[in-house]
Amino acid sequence: MLHVTSLTKRFGNKSAVDNATFKVAKPAMIGIIGRSGAGKSTLLRMLNRLSDATEGSITFEGAEITTLKGAARREWQSRCAMIFQQFNLVPRMDVVSNVLHGTLNSRSTLSTMFNLYPTSDIHRAIEILDRLGIAGEAPKRAQALSGGQQQRVAIARALMQDPQIILADEPIASLDPMNAQIVMDALRRIHEEDGRMVIANLHTLDTARRYCDRVIGMRDGRIVFDGTPEQLTTGAARDIYGADASFSEESTSTSIETLDRGTKRALREAEAAV
Amino acid sequence: MTDSTLGESVGAKGTTDIQNAYMAMARTKRMYGGIILIVFIALMVSGFMLADSRNAGGFWDGILNIFKFPGEVLEEASEKAALIPALMWKFLPSMIETINIAAAATLVGGLMAIMLSLLSTRGLARFPRLIAPFRRLMDVLRAIPEIVVALVLIFILGGGPVPAMIAIALHTAGALGKLFSEVNENASLKPLEGLESVGASWSQRMMLGVVPQVAPNWLSYALLRFEINIRASAILGFVGSGGIGYDLKNAFSWGQGRYDEVAAIFILLFLTIVFFDQLSSHYRNKLIGKA
Repeated sequence: MLHVTSLTKRFGNKSAVDNATFKVAKPAMIGIIGRSGAGKSTLLRMLNRLSDATEGSITFEGAEITTLKGAARREWQSRCAMIFQQFNLVPRMDVVSNVLHGTLNSRSTLSTMFNLYPTSDIHRAIEILDRLGIAGEAPKRAQALSGGQQQRVAIARALMQDPQIILADEPIASLDPMNAQIVMDALRRIHEEDGRMVIANLHTLDTARRYCDRVIGMRDGRIVFDGTPEQLTTGAARDIYGADASFSEESTSTSIETLDRGTKRALREAEAAV
Repeated sequence: MTDSTLGESVGAKGTTDIQNAYMAMARTKRMYGGIILIVFIALMVSGFMLADSRNAGGFWDGILNIFKFPGEVLEEASEKAALIPALMWKFLPSMIETINIAAAATLVGGLMAIMLSLLSTRGLARFPRLIAPFRRLMDVLRAIPEIVVALVLIFILGGGPVPAMIAIALHTAGALGKLFSEVNENASLKPLEGLESVGASWSQRMMLGVVPQVAPNWLSYALLRFEINIRASAILGFVGSGGIGYDLKNAFSWGQGRYDEVAAIFILLFLTIVFFDQLSSHYRNKLIGKA
Protein backbone atom coordinates (compact mmCIF):
# COMPACT_ATOMS: atom_id res chain seq x y z
CA MET A 1 0.00 0.00 0.00
CA LEU A 2 2.42 2.66 1.24
CA HIS A 3 6.09 2.26 0.32
CA VAL A 4 8.71 4.69 1.56
CA THR A 5 12.11 4.09 -0.02
CA SER A 6 15.41 5.79 0.93
CA LEU A 7 13.57 8.97 1.81
CA THR A 8 16.01 11.75 2.71
CA LYS A 9 15.56 15.38 3.67
CA ARG A 10 18.56 17.68 4.07
CA PHE A 11 18.62 21.19 5.45
CA GLY A 12 21.99 22.56 4.34
CA ASN A 13 24.40 19.74 5.11
CA LYS A 14 22.36 18.41 8.03
CA SER A 15 20.05 15.46 7.39
CA ALA A 16 16.71 15.74 9.15
CA VAL A 17 15.55 12.43 7.70
CA ASP A 18 18.27 10.08 6.52
CA ASN A 19 17.56 7.20 4.16
CA ALA A 20 14.23 6.18 5.72
CA THR A 21 12.73 2.99 4.30
CA PHE A 22 9.56 1.17 5.38
CA LYS A 23 6.55 -0.56 3.88
CA VAL A 24 2.97 -0.70 5.04
CA ALA A 25 1.02 -3.53 3.42
CA LYS A 26 -2.44 -2.88 4.88
CA PRO A 27 -4.12 -0.12 6.88
CA ALA A 28 -2.57 -0.14 10.35
CA MET A 29 -2.11 2.14 13.29
CA ILE A 30 1.55 3.08 13.30
CA GLY A 31 3.35 5.07 15.98
CA ILE A 32 6.60 6.87 15.27
CA ILE A 33 8.66 7.56 18.39
CA GLY A 34 11.94 9.30 19.04
CA ARG A 35 13.50 12.31 20.69
CA SER A 36 12.54 15.80 19.53
CA GLY A 37 14.66 16.61 16.51
CA ALA A 38 14.80 12.95 15.43
CA GLY A 39 13.02 13.79 12.16
CA LYS A 40 9.54 12.49 12.98
CA SER A 41 7.74 15.68 11.98
CA THR A 42 9.83 16.11 8.83
CA LEU A 43 8.94 12.56 7.78
CA LEU A 44 5.21 13.20 8.22
CA ARG A 45 5.41 16.55 6.46
CA MET A 46 7.05 14.84 3.48
CA LEU A 47 4.31 12.20 3.39
CA ASN A 48 1.68 14.95 3.24
CA ARG A 49 3.85 16.90 0.77
CA LEU A 50 3.90 19.94 3.01
CA SER A 51 7.64 19.84 2.37
CA ASP A 52 9.60 18.29 -0.47
CA ALA A 53 11.92 15.33 -0.12
CA THR A 54 15.56 15.83 -1.10
CA GLU A 55 15.94 12.23 -2.27
CA GLY A 56 14.06 8.96 -2.28
CA SER A 57 10.51 8.03 -3.12
CA ILE A 58 7.08 7.56 -1.58
CA THR A 59 4.58 5.40 -3.43
CA PHE A 60 0.97 4.87 -2.46
CA GLU A 61 -0.89 2.06 -4.23
CA GLY A 62 1.80 2.13 -6.88
CA ALA A 63 1.62 5.86 -7.60
CA GLU A 64 4.67 8.05 -6.96
CA ILE A 65 3.88 10.81 -4.47
CA THR A 66 7.12 12.82 -4.22
CA THR A 67 6.94 14.17 -7.77
CA LEU A 68 3.30 15.32 -7.70
CA LYS A 69 2.81 18.98 -8.57
CA GLY A 70 0.02 21.57 -8.48
CA ALA A 71 -3.51 20.14 -8.58
CA ALA A 72 -2.29 16.53 -8.37
CA ARG A 73 -0.35 17.37 -5.21
CA ARG A 74 -3.38 19.06 -3.64
CA GLU A 75 -5.51 16.06 -4.60
CA TRP A 76 -3.04 13.79 -2.78
CA GLN A 77 -3.16 16.07 0.26
CA SER A 78 -6.95 15.74 0.31
CA ARG A 79 -6.56 11.94 0.49
CA CYS A 80 -3.89 12.12 3.17
CA ALA A 81 -5.16 14.13 6.12
CA MET A 82 -2.86 15.79 8.64
CA ILE A 83 -3.45 16.56 12.31
CA PHE A 84 -1.09 18.99 14.03
CA GLN A 85 0.23 19.42 17.56
CA GLN A 86 -1.19 22.94 17.80
CA PHE A 87 -4.46 21.94 16.02
CA ASN A 88 -3.95 24.57 13.25
CA LEU A 89 -7.59 25.57 13.05
CA VAL A 90 -8.80 28.99 11.93
CA PRO A 91 -9.50 30.48 15.38
CA ARG A 92 -12.11 33.07 14.42
CA MET A 93 -14.31 30.75 12.34
CA ASP A 94 -16.98 28.51 13.79
CA VAL A 95 -16.40 24.81 14.44
CA VAL A 96 -18.53 23.56 11.53
CA SER A 97 -16.78 25.87 9.04
CA ASN A 98 -13.45 24.55 10.28
CA VAL A 99 -14.65 20.98 9.72
CA LEU A 100 -15.99 21.91 6.27
CA HIS A 101 -12.49 23.04 5.32
CA GLY A 102 -11.87 19.31 4.85
CA THR A 103 -13.83 19.53 1.58
CA LEU A 104 -11.91 22.50 0.15
CA ASN A 105 -10.09 20.39 -2.42
CA SER A 106 -13.30 19.26 -4.11
CA ARG A 107 -15.12 22.62 -4.05
CA SER A 108 -14.68 25.74 -6.16
CA THR A 109 -12.61 28.59 -4.71
CA LEU A 110 -15.36 31.16 -5.26
CA SER A 111 -18.12 29.37 -3.36
CA THR A 112 -15.85 28.47 -0.45
CA MET A 113 -14.66 32.08 -0.19
CA PHE A 114 -18.24 33.10 0.53
CA ASN A 115 -18.57 30.16 2.92
CA LEU A 116 -21.21 28.46 0.73
CA TYR A 117 -21.21 24.70 1.27
CA PRO A 118 -23.84 22.13 0.22
CA THR A 119 -26.38 21.33 2.94
CA SER A 120 -25.43 17.65 2.78
CA ASP A 121 -21.84 18.54 3.63
CA ILE A 122 -22.93 20.65 6.58
CA HIS A 123 -25.07 17.76 7.85
CA ARG A 124 -22.19 15.33 7.45
CA ALA A 125 -19.83 17.70 9.30
CA ILE A 126 -22.20 17.81 12.27
CA GLU A 127 -22.58 14.03 12.21
CA ILE A 128 -18.79 13.67 12.35
CA LEU A 129 -18.68 16.12 15.24
CA ASP A 130 -21.34 14.06 17.00
CA ARG A 131 -19.29 10.93 16.48
CA LEU A 132 -16.43 12.67 18.28
CA GLY A 133 -18.78 13.87 21.02
CA ILE A 134 -18.58 17.62 20.36
CA ALA A 135 -21.68 18.30 18.22
CA GLY A 136 -22.87 20.67 20.93
CA GLU A 137 -19.99 23.03 20.18
CA ALA A 138 -20.91 23.26 16.46
CA PRO A 139 -21.83 26.98 16.26
CA LYS A 140 -19.02 28.22 18.54
CA ARG A 141 -15.84 29.82 17.34
CA ALA A 142 -12.89 27.43 17.31
CA GLN A 143 -10.88 29.69 19.62
CA ALA A 144 -13.55 29.39 22.33
CA LEU A 145 -12.91 25.63 22.70
CA SER A 146 -10.49 23.86 25.02
CA GLY A 147 -7.37 22.23 23.63
CA GLY A 148 -8.84 18.73 23.68
CA GLN A 149 -12.01 19.90 21.92
CA GLN A 150 -9.99 21.81 19.33
CA GLN A 151 -7.95 18.71 18.58
CA ARG A 152 -11.18 16.75 18.09
CA VAL A 153 -12.35 19.47 15.66
CA ALA A 154 -9.06 18.96 13.82
CA ILE A 155 -9.75 15.22 13.69
CA ALA A 156 -13.26 15.97 12.40
CA ARG A 157 -11.72 18.13 9.66
CA ALA A 158 -9.46 15.21 8.76
CA LEU A 159 -12.44 12.81 8.67
CA MET A 160 -14.37 15.27 6.48
CA GLN A 161 -11.63 14.75 3.89
CA ASP A 162 -12.58 11.05 3.86
CA PRO A 163 -8.87 10.26 3.64
CA GLN A 164 -7.11 6.92 3.19
CA ILE A 165 -4.29 7.98 5.48
CA ILE A 166 -4.43 10.14 8.58
CA LEU A 167 -1.12 11.61 9.67
CA ALA A 168 -0.99 12.92 13.22
CA ASP A 169 2.00 15.06 14.23
CA GLU A 170 2.25 14.91 18.03
CA PRO A 171 -1.56 15.01 18.37
CA ILE A 172 -1.50 14.87 22.17
CA ALA A 173 1.68 16.77 23.05
CA SER A 174 -0.20 19.93 24.05
CA LEU A 175 -3.01 18.16 25.89
CA ASP A 176 -3.52 17.10 29.48
CA PRO A 177 -3.60 13.33 30.20
CA MET A 178 -7.42 13.10 30.20
CA ASN A 179 -7.80 14.84 26.82
CA ALA A 180 -4.81 12.96 25.45
CA GLN A 181 -6.62 9.72 26.18
CA ILE A 182 -9.83 10.93 24.51
CA VAL A 183 -7.95 12.02 21.38
CA MET A 184 -5.93 8.78 21.15
CA ASP A 185 -9.11 6.72 21.68
CA ALA A 186 -10.74 8.65 18.85
CA LEU A 187 -7.81 7.99 16.51
CA ARG A 188 -7.80 4.29 17.41
CA ARG A 189 -11.54 4.07 16.83
CA ILE A 190 -11.25 5.73 13.44
CA HIS A 191 -8.64 3.16 12.48
CA GLU A 192 -10.70 0.21 13.72
CA GLU A 193 -14.14 1.27 12.49
CA ASP A 194 -13.25 2.99 9.20
CA GLY A 195 -10.17 0.93 8.34
CA ARG A 196 -8.09 4.04 7.66
CA MET A 197 -4.32 4.02 8.00
CA VAL A 198 -3.19 6.18 10.93
CA ILE A 199 0.43 7.27 11.32
CA ALA A 200 1.07 9.19 14.52
CA ASN A 201 4.19 10.84 15.88
CA LEU A 202 4.21 10.21 19.58
CA HIS A 203 6.60 11.42 22.22
CA THR A 204 5.55 8.91 24.85
CA LEU A 205 6.40 5.24 24.81
CA ASP A 206 3.38 3.98 26.68
CA THR A 207 0.96 5.66 24.26
CA ALA A 208 2.72 3.98 21.36
CA ARG A 209 2.59 0.62 23.18
CA ARG A 210 -1.03 0.96 24.11
CA TYR A 211 -2.56 2.20 20.86
CA CYS A 212 -0.35 1.12 17.98
CA ASP A 213 -0.07 -2.12 15.99
CA ARG A 214 3.41 -1.21 14.90
CA VAL A 215 6.08 1.11 16.24
CA ILE A 216 8.81 2.83 14.25
CA GLY A 217 11.68 4.34 16.23
CA MET A 218 13.75 7.18 14.84
CA ARG A 219 17.05 8.56 16.02
CA ASP A 220 18.97 11.41 14.35
CA GLY A 221 16.92 11.03 11.16
CA ARG A 222 17.43 7.28 10.80
CA ILE A 223 14.93 4.52 11.42
CA VAL A 224 16.51 2.43 14.19
CA PHE A 225 13.52 0.32 15.21
CA ASP A 226 10.58 -1.14 13.32
CA GLY A 227 8.44 -3.77 14.96
CA THR A 228 5.47 -4.64 17.12
CA PRO A 229 4.93 -3.03 20.54
CA GLU A 230 5.93 -6.36 22.13
CA GLN A 231 9.33 -6.21 20.47
CA LEU A 232 9.88 -2.74 21.92
CA THR A 233 11.80 -3.69 25.04
CA THR A 234 13.26 -1.21 27.49
CA GLY A 235 16.64 -1.85 25.89
CA ALA A 236 15.30 -1.02 22.42
CA ALA A 237 13.66 2.11 23.82
CA ARG A 238 16.95 3.23 25.38
CA ASP A 239 18.53 2.80 21.97
CA ILE A 240 15.89 4.94 20.29
CA TYR A 241 16.16 7.73 22.83
CA GLY A 242 19.94 7.43 23.12
CA ALA A 243 19.64 7.17 26.88
CA ASP A 244 21.75 5.33 29.41
CA ALA A 245 20.68 2.88 32.13
CA SER A 246 19.11 5.64 34.25
CA PHE A 247 16.43 6.05 31.57
CA SER A 248 12.99 5.26 32.92
CA GLU A 249 9.86 4.90 30.84
CA GLU A 250 7.90 6.90 33.30
CA SER A 251 9.88 9.98 32.35
CA THR A 252 8.30 9.90 28.90
CA SER A 253 4.85 9.03 30.09
CA THR A 254 1.74 11.18 30.17
CA SER A 255 -0.88 8.61 31.03
CA ILE A 256 -2.62 9.09 34.33
CA GLU A 257 -1.68 5.80 36.00
CA THR A 258 2.04 5.87 35.21
CA LEU A 259 2.23 9.56 36.02
CA ASP A 260 0.72 8.76 39.36
CA ARG A 261 3.31 6.09 40.02
CA GLY A 262 6.09 8.44 38.97
CA THR A 263 4.93 11.19 41.30
CA LYS A 264 4.61 8.77 44.20
CA ARG A 265 8.14 7.54 43.65
CA ALA A 266 9.43 11.10 43.38
CA LEU A 267 7.66 11.90 46.64
CA ARG A 268 9.23 8.87 48.34
CA GLU A 269 12.64 9.92 47.10
CA ALA A 270 12.08 13.45 48.32
CA GLU A 271 11.04 12.14 51.72
CA ALA A 272 14.08 9.89 51.87
CA ALA A 273 16.34 12.82 51.05
CA VAL A 274 14.86 14.82 53.93
CA MET B 1 -13.13 1.99 23.49
CA THR B 2 -16.60 3.04 24.56
CA ASP B 3 -18.48 6.11 23.48
CA SER B 4 -18.41 7.52 26.96
CA THR B 5 -14.68 8.20 26.74
CA LEU B 6 -15.35 10.50 23.81
CA GLY B 7 -17.86 12.69 25.60
CA GLU B 8 -21.59 12.40 25.18
CA SER B 9 -23.00 11.63 21.78
CA VAL B 10 -26.24 13.57 21.48
CA GLY B 11 -28.04 10.85 19.52
CA ALA B 12 -29.86 11.02 16.20
CA LYS B 13 -32.57 13.43 17.33
CA GLY B 14 -30.09 15.76 19.00
CA THR B 15 -27.95 15.76 15.87
CA THR B 16 -30.93 16.73 13.70
CA ASP B 17 -31.72 19.59 16.08
CA ILE B 18 -28.14 20.85 15.92
CA GLN B 19 -28.11 20.48 12.15
CA ASN B 20 -31.31 22.50 11.79
CA ALA B 21 -30.12 25.18 14.20
CA TYR B 22 -26.82 25.48 12.37
CA MET B 23 -28.52 25.62 8.96
CA ALA B 24 -30.76 28.43 10.21
CA MET B 25 -27.70 30.29 11.46
CA ALA B 26 -25.88 29.73 8.17
CA ARG B 27 -28.90 30.99 6.20
CA THR B 28 -29.06 34.18 8.27
CA LYS B 29 -25.34 34.74 7.73
CA ARG B 30 -25.71 34.18 3.99
CA MET B 31 -28.64 36.61 3.87
CA TYR B 32 -26.62 39.32 5.65
CA GLY B 33 -23.69 38.64 3.34
CA GLY B 34 -25.97 38.97 0.31
CA ILE B 35 -27.47 42.24 1.58
CA ILE B 36 -24.01 43.71 2.22
CA LEU B 37 -22.92 42.68 -1.27
CA ILE B 38 -25.98 44.35 -2.84
CA VAL B 39 -25.43 47.55 -0.82
CA PHE B 40 -21.78 47.58 -1.84
CA ILE B 41 -22.58 47.16 -5.53
CA ALA B 42 -25.30 49.84 -5.32
CA LEU B 43 -22.88 52.26 -3.67
CA MET B 44 -20.22 51.62 -6.32
CA VAL B 45 -22.69 52.10 -9.19
CA SER B 46 -24.31 55.23 -7.77
CA GLY B 47 -20.92 56.70 -6.87
CA PHE B 48 -19.66 56.07 -10.34
CA MET B 49 -22.74 57.62 -11.93
CA LEU B 50 -22.46 60.68 -9.70
CA ALA B 51 -18.79 61.10 -10.51
CA ASP B 52 -19.52 60.69 -14.19
CA SER B 53 -22.27 63.33 -14.18
CA ARG B 54 -20.16 65.85 -12.20
CA ASN B 55 -17.01 65.37 -14.26
CA ALA B 56 -16.56 68.63 -16.19
CA GLY B 57 -14.71 67.31 -19.18
CA GLY B 58 -16.63 64.09 -19.44
CA PHE B 59 -15.12 60.94 -18.01
CA TRP B 60 -15.43 58.87 -21.17
CA ASP B 61 -13.78 61.49 -23.39
CA GLY B 62 -10.98 62.04 -20.90
CA ILE B 63 -10.20 58.40 -20.21
CA LEU B 64 -8.92 57.93 -23.75
CA ASN B 65 -6.39 60.75 -23.24
CA ILE B 66 -5.12 59.40 -19.95
CA PHE B 67 -1.93 58.07 -21.50
CA LYS B 68 -1.37 61.08 -23.72
CA PHE B 69 0.68 63.18 -21.30
CA PRO B 70 2.84 60.32 -19.97
CA GLY B 71 3.24 59.30 -23.60
CA GLU B 72 4.54 62.76 -24.50
CA VAL B 73 6.94 62.73 -21.57
CA LEU B 74 8.21 59.26 -22.42
CA GLU B 75 8.57 60.09 -26.09
CA GLU B 76 10.68 63.14 -25.43
CA ALA B 77 12.63 61.42 -22.67
CA SER B 78 13.48 58.48 -24.89
CA GLU B 79 14.73 60.84 -27.60
CA LYS B 80 17.09 62.42 -25.10
CA ALA B 81 17.81 59.24 -23.14
CA ALA B 82 21.55 59.84 -23.34
CA LEU B 83 21.21 63.10 -21.39
CA ILE B 84 19.29 61.58 -18.47
CA PRO B 85 22.24 60.24 -16.39
CA ALA B 86 23.88 63.68 -16.51
CA LEU B 87 20.59 65.31 -15.48
CA MET B 88 20.17 62.85 -12.63
CA TRP B 89 23.64 63.80 -11.42
CA LYS B 90 22.67 67.47 -11.69
CA PHE B 91 19.54 66.95 -9.57
CA LEU B 92 21.24 64.75 -6.97
CA PRO B 93 21.99 67.61 -4.54
CA SER B 94 18.33 68.68 -4.45
CA MET B 95 17.30 65.04 -4.03
CA ILE B 96 19.62 64.84 -1.00
CA GLU B 97 18.04 68.01 0.38
CA THR B 98 14.61 66.40 0.02
CA ILE B 99 15.80 63.22 1.74
CA ASN B 100 17.29 65.39 4.48
CA ILE B 101 13.96 67.09 5.12
CA ALA B 102 12.22 63.69 5.19
CA ALA B 103 14.80 62.13 7.52
CA ALA B 104 14.76 64.97 10.02
CA ALA B 105 10.95 65.06 9.94
CA THR B 106 10.67 61.29 10.45
CA LEU B 107 13.11 61.38 13.34
CA VAL B 108 11.47 64.30 15.15
CA GLY B 109 7.96 63.09 14.34
CA GLY B 110 8.85 59.53 15.34
CA LEU B 111 10.12 60.62 18.77
CA MET B 112 6.96 62.64 19.33
CA ALA B 113 4.92 59.65 18.16
CA ILE B 114 6.63 57.37 20.70
CA MET B 115 5.73 59.71 23.55
CA LEU B 116 2.19 60.23 22.29
CA SER B 117 1.61 56.52 21.69
CA LEU B 118 2.81 55.47 25.14
CA LEU B 119 0.63 58.15 26.72
CA SER B 120 -2.45 57.08 24.77
CA THR B 121 -2.35 53.28 25.03
CA ARG B 122 -4.78 51.70 27.45
CA GLY B 123 -2.94 49.75 30.12
CA LEU B 124 0.34 51.59 29.59
CA ALA B 125 -0.61 55.26 29.87
CA ARG B 126 1.04 57.37 32.60
CA PHE B 127 -2.18 59.37 33.05
CA PRO B 128 -5.11 57.12 32.10
CA ARG B 129 -7.53 60.06 32.24
CA LEU B 130 -5.57 61.89 29.56
CA ILE B 131 -5.74 59.05 27.00
CA ALA B 132 -8.67 60.65 25.15
CA PRO B 133 -7.10 64.16 24.94
CA PHE B 134 -3.84 62.71 23.63
CA ARG B 135 -5.75 60.69 21.05
CA ARG B 136 -7.67 63.75 19.90
CA LEU B 137 -4.39 65.66 19.67
CA MET B 138 -3.08 62.95 17.31
CA ASP B 139 -6.33 63.12 15.31
CA VAL B 140 -5.80 66.86 14.86
CA LEU B 141 -2.20 66.36 13.78
CA ARG B 142 -3.34 63.80 11.20
CA ALA B 143 -6.35 65.76 10.02
CA ILE B 144 -4.52 68.93 8.93
CA PRO B 145 -2.85 68.36 5.56
CA GLU B 146 0.87 68.96 5.82
CA ILE B 147 0.74 71.30 2.82
CA VAL B 148 -1.55 73.66 4.79
CA VAL B 149 0.82 73.68 7.78
CA ALA B 150 3.75 74.23 5.43
CA LEU B 151 2.03 77.17 3.68
CA VAL B 152 1.24 78.85 7.01
CA LEU B 153 4.79 78.29 8.29
CA ILE B 154 6.32 79.52 5.02
CA PHE B 155 4.21 82.64 5.36
CA ILE B 156 5.53 83.19 8.90
CA LEU B 157 9.11 81.90 8.66
CA GLY B 158 9.82 82.43 4.98
CA GLY B 159 10.61 79.77 2.38
CA GLY B 160 13.16 76.98 2.99
CA PRO B 161 13.47 73.47 4.31
CA VAL B 162 12.67 74.16 7.99
CA PRO B 163 8.93 74.89 7.60
CA ALA B 164 8.55 71.78 5.43
CA MET B 165 10.38 69.71 8.04
CA ILE B 166 8.12 70.98 10.85
CA ALA B 167 4.98 70.41 8.79
CA ILE B 168 5.90 66.83 7.91
CA ALA B 169 7.09 66.09 11.46
CA LEU B 170 3.73 67.16 12.91
CA HIS B 171 1.81 64.97 10.49
CA THR B 172 4.21 62.07 11.15
CA ALA B 173 3.71 62.40 14.92
CA GLY B 174 -0.05 61.98 14.48
CA ALA B 175 0.08 59.17 11.95
CA LEU B 176 2.86 57.14 13.57
CA GLY B 177 1.46 57.78 17.06
CA LYS B 178 -1.72 55.95 16.13
CA LEU B 179 0.12 53.04 14.53
CA PHE B 180 2.61 52.80 17.42
CA SER B 181 -0.22 52.81 19.93
CA GLU B 182 -1.88 49.89 18.13
CA VAL B 183 1.43 48.01 18.27
CA ASN B 184 1.71 48.80 21.98
CA GLU B 185 -1.71 47.32 22.64
CA ASN B 186 -0.40 43.94 21.53
CA ALA B 187 2.60 44.06 23.86
CA SER B 188 2.50 41.61 26.74
CA LEU B 189 1.95 43.23 30.14
CA LYS B 190 3.75 40.45 32.01
CA PRO B 191 7.28 41.88 31.63
CA LEU B 192 5.88 45.21 32.83
CA GLU B 193 4.49 43.57 35.93
CA GLY B 194 7.88 41.98 36.47
CA LEU B 195 9.60 45.37 36.26
CA GLU B 196 6.97 46.99 38.47
CA SER B 197 7.60 44.32 41.11
CA VAL B 198 11.23 45.43 41.40
CA GLY B 199 10.22 49.08 41.87
CA ALA B 200 10.84 50.51 38.38
CA SER B 201 9.48 53.94 37.46
CA TRP B 202 7.03 54.47 34.58
CA SER B 203 9.76 55.62 32.18
CA GLN B 204 11.94 52.66 33.13
CA ARG B 205 9.07 50.27 32.59
CA MET B 206 8.34 51.76 29.17
CA MET B 207 11.97 51.86 28.03
CA LEU B 208 12.95 48.42 29.34
CA GLY B 209 9.65 46.55 29.23
CA VAL B 210 7.69 47.85 26.25
CA VAL B 211 10.32 49.11 23.79
CA PRO B 212 12.16 45.77 23.39
CA GLN B 213 8.85 44.08 22.54
CA VAL B 214 7.60 46.63 20.04
CA ALA B 215 10.80 48.05 18.52
CA PRO B 216 10.80 45.88 15.35
CA ASN B 217 7.23 46.87 14.48
CA TRP B 218 7.87 50.50 15.36
CA LEU B 219 10.90 50.50 13.12
CA SER B 220 9.08 49.01 10.17
CA TYR B 221 6.23 51.53 10.47
CA ALA B 222 8.75 54.37 10.87
CA LEU B 223 10.67 53.28 7.78
CA LEU B 224 7.44 53.08 5.78
CA ARG B 225 6.64 56.58 7.03
CA PHE B 226 10.11 57.69 5.93
CA GLU B 227 9.32 56.60 2.38
CA ILE B 228 6.00 58.44 2.49
CA ASN B 229 7.79 61.50 3.86
CA ILE B 230 10.30 61.52 1.01
CA ARG B 231 7.38 61.87 -1.36
CA ALA B 232 5.67 64.42 0.89
CA SER B 233 8.78 66.57 1.09
CA ALA B 234 9.09 66.39 -2.70
CA ILE B 235 5.53 67.69 -3.01
CA LEU B 236 6.19 70.49 -0.51
CA GLY B 237 8.93 71.67 -2.87
CA PHE B 238 6.10 72.79 -5.14
CA VAL B 239 5.08 75.45 -2.59
CA GLY B 240 8.58 76.76 -2.03
CA SER B 241 10.48 74.64 0.46
CA GLY B 242 13.27 73.71 -1.92
CA GLY B 243 14.52 70.26 -2.76
CA ILE B 244 13.62 68.05 -5.70
CA GLY B 245 10.00 69.26 -5.76
CA TYR B 246 11.08 72.78 -6.74
CA ASP B 247 13.05 71.40 -9.69
CA LEU B 248 10.16 69.16 -10.67
CA LYS B 249 7.74 72.09 -10.65
CA ASN B 250 10.12 74.13 -12.81
CA ALA B 251 10.62 71.27 -15.27
CA PHE B 252 6.85 70.76 -15.52
CA SER B 253 5.95 74.40 -15.93
CA TRP B 254 8.54 75.01 -18.63
CA GLY B 255 6.57 72.39 -20.54
CA GLN B 256 7.78 70.66 -23.64
CA GLY B 257 11.52 70.66 -24.13
CA ARG B 258 12.16 69.94 -20.42
CA TYR B 259 10.44 66.56 -20.19
CA ASP B 260 13.82 64.83 -20.09
CA GLU B 261 14.33 66.61 -16.77
CA VAL B 262 10.92 65.43 -15.55
CA ALA B 263 11.86 61.86 -16.48
CA ALA B 264 15.24 62.18 -14.76
CA ILE B 265 13.61 63.44 -11.56
CA PHE B 266 11.04 60.62 -11.55
CA ILE B 267 13.72 57.99 -12.07
CA LEU B 268 15.74 59.56 -9.25
CA LEU B 269 12.70 59.50 -6.93
CA PHE B 270 11.94 55.89 -7.87
CA LEU B 271 15.52 54.76 -7.26
CA THR B 272 15.58 56.56 -3.92
CA ILE B 273 12.39 54.84 -2.76
CA VAL B 274 13.70 51.43 -3.91
CA PHE B 275 17.00 52.07 -2.13
CA PHE B 276 15.37 52.96 1.15
CA ASP B 277 12.90 50.09 0.87
CA GLN B 278 15.76 47.62 0.51
CA LEU B 279 17.70 49.31 3.30
CA SER B 280 14.71 49.23 5.65
CA SER B 281 13.85 45.57 5.08
CA HIS B 282 17.52 44.68 5.62
CA TYR B 283 17.72 46.45 8.96
CA ARG B 284 14.32 45.27 10.08
CA ASN B 285 15.30 41.65 9.46
CA LYS B 286 18.50 42.26 11.38
CA LEU B 287 16.60 43.70 14.31
CA ILE B 288 14.15 40.83 14.62
CA GLY B 289 17.04 38.36 14.37
CA LYS B 290 16.43 36.85 10.96
CA ALA B 291 19.48 36.31 8.75
